[in-house]
Amino acid sequence: MDPLRRSPSPCSPQASSPESPPCEMLGYVGIEAVLDQLKIKAMKMGFEFNIMVVGQSGLGKSTMVNTLFKSKMWKSTPPGLGGPTPQTLQLHSVTHVIEENGVKLKLTVTDTPGFGDQINNDKCLRPLDIEFLQRLCRTVNVVPVIARADSLTIEEREAFRRRIQHNLKTHSIEVYPQKCFDEDVNDRILNSRIRDRIPFAVVGADREHMVNGRCVLGRKTKWGIIEVENMAHCEFPLLRDLLIRSHLQDLKDITHNVHYENYRVIRLNQSHVLPRGPGWVNLAPAPPCQPSSPGLTKVCRWAQDNSDEDS
Amino acid sequence: MASEVARHLLCQSHLATNTAYMSSPVSDNEQKQKKGNTRSLTMSGHVGFESLPDQLVNRSIQQGFCFNILCVGESGIGKSTLIDTLFNTNFEDHESSHFYPHVRLKAQTYDLQESDVRLKLTIVNTVGFGDQINKEESYQPIVDYIDAQFEAYLQEELKIQRSLFNYHDSRIHVCLYFISPTGHSLKTLDLLTMKSLDSKVNIIPVIAKADAISKTELQKFKIKLMSELVSNGVQIYQFPTDDETIAKINASMNGQLPFAVVGSMDEVKVGNKMVKARQYPWGVVQVENENHCDFVKLREMLICTNMEDLRDQTHTRHYELYRRCRLEEMGFADTGPESKPRSLQETYEAKRHEFYGERQRKEEEMKQVFVQRVKEKEAVLKEAERELQAKFEHLKRVHQEEKMKLEEKRRLLEEEIIAFSKKKATSEIYQNQPYAAPGGNPRRDKDRKNSNFM
Repeated sequence: MDPLRRSPSPCSPQASSPESPPCEMLGYVGIEAVLDQLKIKAMKMGFEFNIMVVGQSGLGKSTMVNTLFKSKMWKSTPPGLGGPTPQTLQLHSVTHVIEENGVKLKLTVTDTPGFGDQINNDKCLRPLDIEFLQRLCRTVNVVPVIARADSLTIEEREAFRRRIQHNLKTHSIEVYPQKCFDEDVNDRILNSRIRDRIPFAVVGADREHMVNGRCVLGRKTKWGIIEVENMAHCEFPLLRDLLIRSHLQDLKDITHNVHYENYRVIRLNQSHVLPRGPGWVNLAPAPPCQPSSPGLTKVCRWAQDNSDEDS
Repeated sequence: MASEVARHLLCQSHLATNTAYMSSPVSDNEQKQKKGNTRSLTMSGHVGFESLPDQLVNRSIQQGFCFNILCVGESGIGKSTLIDTLFNTNFEDHESSHFYPHVRLKAQTYDLQESDVRLKLTIVNTVGFGDQINKEESYQPIVDYIDAQFEAYLQEELKIQRSLFNYHDSRIHVCLYFISPTGHSLKTLDLLTMKSLDSKVNIIPVIAKADAISKTELQKFKIKLMSELVSNGVQIYQFPTDDETIAKINASMNGQLPFAVVGSMDEVKVGNKMVKARQYPWGVVQVENENHCDFVKLREMLICTNMEDLRDQTHTRHYELYRRCRLEEMGFADTGPESKPRSLQETYEAKRHEFYGERQRKEEEMKQVFVQRVKEKEAVLKEAERELQAKFEHLKRVHQEEKMKLEEKRRLLEEEIIAFSKKKATSEIYQNQPYAAPGGNPRRDKDRKNSNFM
């Protein structure tokens, strides 16, 4: 059986109810007007999106976020002028509401200053990165990005990308878009193309320059201006399109339907092994047959859904 | 993608009215307004998240929609016909009998598709409603059915391993209540039924078979009905008026409730078109003619304008109410004793303690009972043992006595034997003595001696 078809995506309906007869309508009824009703409701409520950027400071994370959302989310710290790297990992969030054509988006960006090693230009993923990515991929959608790509030539970029892809594959790290959530052929084709280009090599810039009479976002260097939104220069547009223009809703859906549900199952079953926080209460201990590693739960989950369906 | 574009344009027209007064997103200066912790930022260029509503719509298209309608009304009032007409389909259904002893609910699910919108439509019919002589229990099965759907959803929600996005939502989104076109007032049964349903489901009352009432009578009837509903505190569904695009039309429709409807799937030629209508000797009642009946208004409101709101209200209002009541019934509360906020876990923990305590107590009890029984059995067995022992002793004694008696007898017998032998010996000696003279006859003595032994 085609492994890609086996597991249902969180966004597609299942035939969990008995087969209902399809009916032919003899004329227009107006059912499709429900889509507009949905849109109106969505516009009224607004959208939310939470993004976390991970990597050592100095890689251009703040600039990248600013470039993505074309606004000063963060004051980007110039290199060298930041304080000493904090010893412990601190999370730092900021929330903004941005609006475009009537669509309101409440965006929360979380930064992680003080995170360990970087994805260095001439090395592969280090053991720390690998361990971190493995754990992270089980709880959240991860999009790896090659930062500061302006110091790599196109060939170096490709080589580095292949190395990283190989590393990810060897250690079974499933980054977004995850293969197991492809619903149909179209999705698979589209997502395969994306998966081929991950990690995107990006450059961030929040200054505008004049190039050939056009005003573009870019980084000015002695040997030229790197245009951020020029596909020939860097892959920033790909990242932006993936994150914002085409897959934002999908990211949210997977987080809600898969990652949160997995967490919930673990939390309700094995709360006695999780670290205690305020208001923590020990729930009933887990029965002996439950799987213990969270990573397996995600995969098992879909198998279980299928078996629920069959039973 | 053409439909995409078309829909986008359609939505834009809605948006146009919305955004007329909003500032342009492309501006040179940054404006920061403090809204609590979140700041409003203006972007310096086009980012592209205006496609978010479309992404949402695409996802919904993939998932498909679910809509469940409950039709309450007497047999023969035209429920099935109206549904057929509303959805322009001939759903398979048979005419119901009028002789059912109880009210039953019959649910049928159909898959409809219009362009790329897939709708899973469930129609629930009340069979036998109002047919019984004793009408008291007519509405209870309906209430039970609605509660059962809520309960099923709640159970799924509370499962540890759940799949809500896969779940076929069977909760009733709207109840079409069919009122008989008597022209007078609401029947008691109608009032009672609607009153018991109004906090559980969105009710849209309709006047069925409206071609039986004249226009003037209809106006009076509508006013009478609405005032009776209001004076009895029945909360029917109000079309929402908070969004500017549809506020006006919804408000005007609210004023025309209940809709007087006529249903028909038969087509009659009017002018040069075939229209859905009912043909009478005196004329033709056209279903989709707004001068003849409110059918078009009902279809507009129910499907084209407010279907999403009906689903929303069901989930966020009616289901939430059911859920709250049910969880409180089960013993959960958001605030514990001393009114401190209490999390669900704390309640679970408290309940678990209680449960274990109870179980412990029961175990103890059972243990006691068991020990008691063992003691009793032991006593009984001991008693039996004692009896046996006594019997054994008794038997032994008897045996002993017998033995002694026999011993005695034997001794006596032996003594007798000895006495007898002595006597015999003595008597023989006496026999031999008279023959001691010489010449005696030793032979004769011998013979005598011998013959004694023969």
